[in-house]
Amino acid sequence: MEFFERFAIPHPSPAIYASMVAIGLTVIAIIAGLTYFKKWGYLWREWLTTVDHKRIGIMYLISALLMLFRGGADAIMMRAQLSMPENKLLDAQHYNEIFTTHGVVMIMFMAMPFIMALMNFVVPLQIGARDVAFPRLNALSFWLFFMGAMLFNISFVIGGSPDAGWTSYFPLAGTEFSESVGTNYYMIALQIAGIGTLATGINFMTTILKMRAPGMTLMKMPMFTWSAFITNIIIVFAFPVLTVALAMGTLDRLFASNFFTTNNGGMDMLWANLFWVWGHPEVYILVLPAFGIYSEIISTFARRNLYGYKSMVASMVIISLLSFLVWVHHFFTMGQGAFVNSIFSITTMAIAVPTGVKIFNWLFTLWKGKIVITTPMLYSLLFIPLFTIGGVTGVMLGMSAADYQYHNTMFLVAHFHLVIIPGVVFAMLAGLTYYWPKMFGFMLNERLGKLSAWIISISTLVAFIPMFFSGLDGQARRMYTYSEQAGFTMWNMISFVGAAGLAIGFALIVYNIYYSIRYAPRDIGSDPWDARSLEWATHSPVPEYNFAIVPNVDSTEAFWDAKKKGHKLFKGELEKIHMPNNSPIPFIMSSIFFVWGFSFVFAMWIPLIIATIGIFGCMAYQSFEKDHGRYISVEEIKETEEKLGGPTV
Amino acid sequence: MKIDHSLPLEYSTQENQMKILGFWIFLGAEIMLFATLFASYFVLAPRTGSGPAGSSIFELTPVLAETILLLTSSFTIGLAIHAMRLGRTKPMLVFFGITLILGLAFLGVEIYEFNHYIHVGAALQTSAFTSILLTTLGTHGAHVTFGLVWGLFIMIQIKKNGLTPQTANKSFIFSLYWHFLDVVWIFIFSFIYLKGMM
Repeated sequence: MEFFERFAIPHPSPAIYASMVAIGLTVIAIIAGLTYFKKWGYLWREWLTTVDHKRIGIMYLISALLMLFRGGADAIMMRAQLSMPENKLLDAQHYNEIFTTHGVVMIMFMAMPFIMALMNFVVPLQIGARDVAFPRLNALSFWLFFMGAMLFNISFVIGGSPDAGWTSYFPLAGTEFSESVGTNYYMIALQIAGIGTLATGINFMTTILKMRAPGMTLMKMPMFTWSAFITNIIIVFAFPVLTVALAMGTLDRLFASNFFTTNNGGMDMLWANLFWVWGHPEVYILVLPAFGIYSEIISTFARRNLYGYKSMVASMVIISLLSFLVWVHHFFTMGQGAFVNSIFSITTMAIAVPTGVKIFNWLFTLWKGKIVITTPMLYSLLFIPLFTIGGVTGVMLGMSAADYQYHNTMFLVAHFHLVIIPGVVFAMLAGLTYYWPKMFGFMLNERLGKLSAWIISISTLVAFIPMFFSGLDGQARRMYTYSEQAGFTMWNMISFVGAAGLAIGFALIVYNIYYSIRYAPRDIGSDPWDARSLEWATHSPVPEYNFAIVPNVDSTEAFWDAKKKGHKLFKGELEKIHMPNNSPIPFIMSSIFFVWGFSFVFAMWIPLIIATIGIFGCMAYQSFEKDHGRYISVEEIKETEEKLGGPTV
Repeated sequence: MKIDHSLPLEYSTQENQMKILGFWIFLGAEIMLFATLFASYFVLAPRTGSGPAGSSIFELTPVLAETILLLTSSFTIGLAIHAMRLGRTKPMLVFFGITLILGLAFLGVEIYEFNHYIHVGAALQTSAFTSILLTTLGTHGAHVTFGLVWGLFIMIQIKKNGLTPQTANKSFIFSLYWHFLDVVWIFIFSFIYLKGMM
């Protein structure tokens, strides 16, 4: 029995027991459903072992949506707890756990996979490739992310959630102040997911550099591909820093080393520095692809080519460089002194310049355009004013002297939510709606889509604008309650109403998906939005080989020019196509990684060693395996093309 | 699979070219990894707490032996790739084998060295300095260990299948990895040991 005691939750509550039951029932329901409908084989062949970038993209998308609701549930609980003074809904410990998991889940397991979903699905299509450079590595990236996310998510029913904030500052996150295994989960789950992300970075950089269609020079790439390229460069250079920081944190917690402790020379500020050397570039890893999505959507629905293509690229390059030079602004108040703070203040404010260039480019693209208001366009148009509120308050926070007033208050919380929600979440919802017909062959309902866009936008303002005021009045972030005399009640109540509105908006999106699956027409053709780049030049849904003939590109908007100016996109004859085989290795190896991570969290060394051997065994098997892929014959291609309705251009 | 015979074997297919580029990018990430470790080392090196400082635990002899072993192995892997370019499988395997033996010897000395540190009271838990010292050296040592097993697998595959575009590609990528570990060691030697002994 003693062995099992370690898995108990240190601070149980009825809500957690209810969640345990719910998780158990869901797992049973899924297993029973798969068995009853005889879908195990289908699941294994078509999804778990797939190396197809489109299917991997869709799996990322499903995971991101699930995690959005997990993180959203945390958010609702926090806003409900703070809606009234001296509220007893959650105690301090649960509040700590919930704001920690909310932050980690939303950044690492919702926003990241959402971006990966769109990158995976769209980038190879936009550059006219058949897949990514290393399809099997791509599957491994997904499954490592997925297992990392699952490991993190079981923390609250086995052993207890992390409770030191999503930044896990030491010494709070050290064993002295965080005794439970929660922070071990944080360190190891992020490590596993982070390895997957790093592999994605390498994979997509190689893909974009080596697999573009003939004629597509770097400066003829669509803007989303450019943004993905820059993002992956940032990933490759930022994630190793997180890897090292997490490894040091793990050593501190499990092997009593002295990196971030307060004795024997340990230095807690080293964690803060390393974390944000990764953490600030991470912000741009999230927001640059979002900017890429907006660029695609705005030029499509303004019916104009993107204004200032070169300055768009240049501003992203500058942002990517500056993103590594601003990390100290996350802790101006933690003792660097005025000189260091001034330097980082200046670099921080400098980022507003290239970002401003991008905003003006979008506005100039709209100028004299024939604007069509669709759901994706509505999100893009609402993004500009909302994001500007978040951005301008960011410049306020970036002034180090003034930051002493704003630091660690709700003002900061309002700022970064008003950056991330319009900047990233709106873009992902816009991208989801925009690429939905390409993924599934039917469109989401426009009326419901626009309604949810409005509800989400207005609710975002209602939820977060009050925090600016309560923050300036002195309400600290991460405090689980406040007294009535503090005078924060009204602002927090308004915030709660906004949070409820957001929940309704997201529920409406789910309803829209259900409604559209049932009622949306299926005969929408391959180009329902009258769009401009290559992904719309193939069928919807996309055949596994993407393009029957590799397209020939001679402008930045190849498909538009093919439609309007009669450029010939597909030259030459059909040839047999080489495709990679499916493989169970990525899934199996990642599952072993899950066991590895779980054993590590609970310091169970024997299973850990066995799992480590298993991981290297998978790598050895992969090294010796002879797999040269397979060919799709010309007859097969003809048959598929015929079924999907013949040539597209 | 189209094979372009005008290029060296390891570059002869598009897949091979992508693998080499991808590995260079991976080495970029590895540089960031070790750069982070070095930056942390410079921050934590003076923070010895109640434990020993570098100058009192570093020994020149084993460190010099490690350096000579690893630098020589980088030379022999270069010779192996040269033999591969000439299409001569046997000398290639010989040089490849010598490389791995030198790597193994390096690892042996490093294990002796770690043993010595723990013996003189410089364990992972002793101070911030010993934590980062052993972590940085250990990360490099783990890379070498991984390389030994990886290299052995490549040798077995060459023995079985001869020099094909796949095995040549793997060998070439392995040589990049091995040279990289050598470069990291030069930094460790200069900025950890020599600087620490001064």
